[in-house]
Amino acid sequence: MEPRIGTRNTKSMIFKGIIIFFAFLIALPLLIILLYIVKQGITQVNWSFLTHVPAPVGEKGGGIANALLGSFIMVMVATVGAIPVGIAAGIYLSENPNTKLAYYAGLCVDVLQAVPSIVVGIVIYTWLVKPFSSFSAISGSVALALMMMPIVIRSTEQTLLLLPPSLKEAALSLGVPYHRVMLKVIVPCGFAGILSGITLSIARVIGETAPLLFTALGNSFLSTSLFKPMESLPHVIFTYATSPYDDWHDLAWGASFILLLFVLTLNIVTKLLTRKWKIQL
Amino acid sequence: MLSVTNPKFVENKRLQLSNSQLKWETVFKRLLIAAGTLVVLIIIGILITLIKESVPSIKASGFGFLWGKVWDPVQNIYGAYPFLIGTLLTSFIALTISIPFSYSIAIYLGEYNPKGWLSDLLKNTVELIAAVPSIIYGFWGIFVLVPLVRDWEIKLHILPYGIGIFTASIVLAVMIIPYGASLGITLIRMTPSPLKEAAYALGATRYEVIRKVIMPYTRSGLFAGVLLSLGRALGETMAVTMLIGNTTTLPTSIFAPGNTMASVIANEFAEADHPQYFSALIELGLVLFLVTVVINLIGKRIITKATHR
Repeated sequence: MEPRIGTRNTKSMIFKGIIIFFAFLIALPLLIILLYIVKQGITQVNWSFLTHVPAPVGEKGGGIANALLGSFIMVMVATVGAIPVGIAAGIYLSENPNTKLAYYAGLCVDVLQAVPSIVVGIVIYTWLVKPFSSFSAISGSVALALMMMPIVIRSTEQTLLLLPPSLKEAALSLGVPYHRVMLKVIVPCGFAGILSGITLSIARVIGETAPLLFTALGNSFLSTSLFKPMESLPHVIFTYATSPYDDWHDLAWGASFILLLFVLTLNIVTKLLTRKWKIQL
Repeated sequence: MLSVTNPKFVENKRLQLSNSQLKWETVFKRLLIAAGTLVVLIIIGILITLIKESVPSIKASGFGFLWGKVWDPVQNIYGAYPFLIGTLLTSFIALTISIPFSYSIAIYLGEYNPKGWLSDLLKNTVELIAAVPSIIYGFWGIFVLVPLVRDWEIKLHILPYGIGIFTASIVLAVMIIPYGASLGITLIRMTPSPLKEAAYALGATRYEVIRKVIMPYTRSGLFAGVLLSLGRALGETMAVTMLIGNTTTLPTSIFAPGNTMASVIANEFAEADHPQYFSALIELGLVLFLVTVVINLIGKRIITKATHR
């Protein structure tokens, strides 16, 4: 015998209550963390914080200009490297889904996405740091580029698969050569989707510390050379957060606030792009 | 004058143009293939590098590497067992904590409230959790969670480390919730409505529909989501490194400090001056690589099967 409908309904209501409780409870840690970072960080941030390099322990002031510039340069270089390869591989995967290479490349994209960031760090260390026996910003950029590539490839592939085939057929039937069809018709049509993949990948890697630990290392001075160690926002947070000095902790809170701001902005941009163009990533 | 009136010339020019376009077409296609090949080469390169660099360590300690209980770089003894246990413990505790949350979010957003502003708000919140960099979770953990856990430990009369496997697992749990949840939402929404409607028509309550129709239909997909979260948890480095305490001994309880494979690499790689030490750390990386990749690929395979039926 089934229990009476009354008990079954009560059970259903209780279950719904539990589900709603757990589902919304997750907002709590996020809110706590965000508010805490904002509370600790916002008092640190002012113009001199953004334009000065860190001060030695015990001295007042100091900022994170070197980390800001370093993060900007490294992510920039990584983006410039990852975008062409990512888009090209994405086009290949969406255009030739049934070739052997596409199968293995797709598999490798999944693998690359799964590789723990610390492993990327040590591999790039053996590739680019050990042979030249010097930490360098360029090796950090390569590590970041490797982490960006799977996201760019997948978003390009998914976007292009969503485009109606008639677009391509129409262009081809007008006698437009294949590469022009791709570059002048298909890619511009899927531009928003590809762009959102790029902003998403930047948002992912801008906060990555592990791949930079053994590649770009860190540098307490302002540096723009790609072949020297370079500071980055997440790395400056790591060094100062794990240091025993209160001044440095304050610096790290400020840096966390700035980093969070960047990440949130990039995510919102991605959201707007995908919403406007109704693309599902 | 000549060029317009002479049809031969026009033809020739067109031919030239189409020839150059043809050439570009081939170049473009080759570039695409090159990009695809590059991705494959990168993975092969990573694998070869990891294997090649860990050969000295494999030669020195063989398969005992994974079961050796002592990690002592000064004596040149490398046993990864404590880190293996540390990794498994943190990941599984984190997974256990996160599953009720990720399942609840999946069921709520997939079934109870799939549309509307509240649903969007919660969905964006979950995505934000994935977006916050792990270094920030770690930093917050050190200054907020660690004192909190220390207070609990004093009340429970355990050695009040504050840092340790338990603390790292809590933060890890929060970080991996989105991975299971977002997949679950998509899959639960894919449950065919005729199935659900049929169950309702037979007089089933909402709970019974979820329990007996939606859950069986999406079980494998939800399991894949758990696998993806696990893969993420195993490889997570920074937050764990900052919170786990970094001892090289076997953890005595879940509140004791420990170390995971990723955190050992992060901590000791820079000071690995001895070739075998360096090689042992790379071998840890190799193990980590293989485990996370296999788990992720199985997860992806299940998802493809679940979404293409």
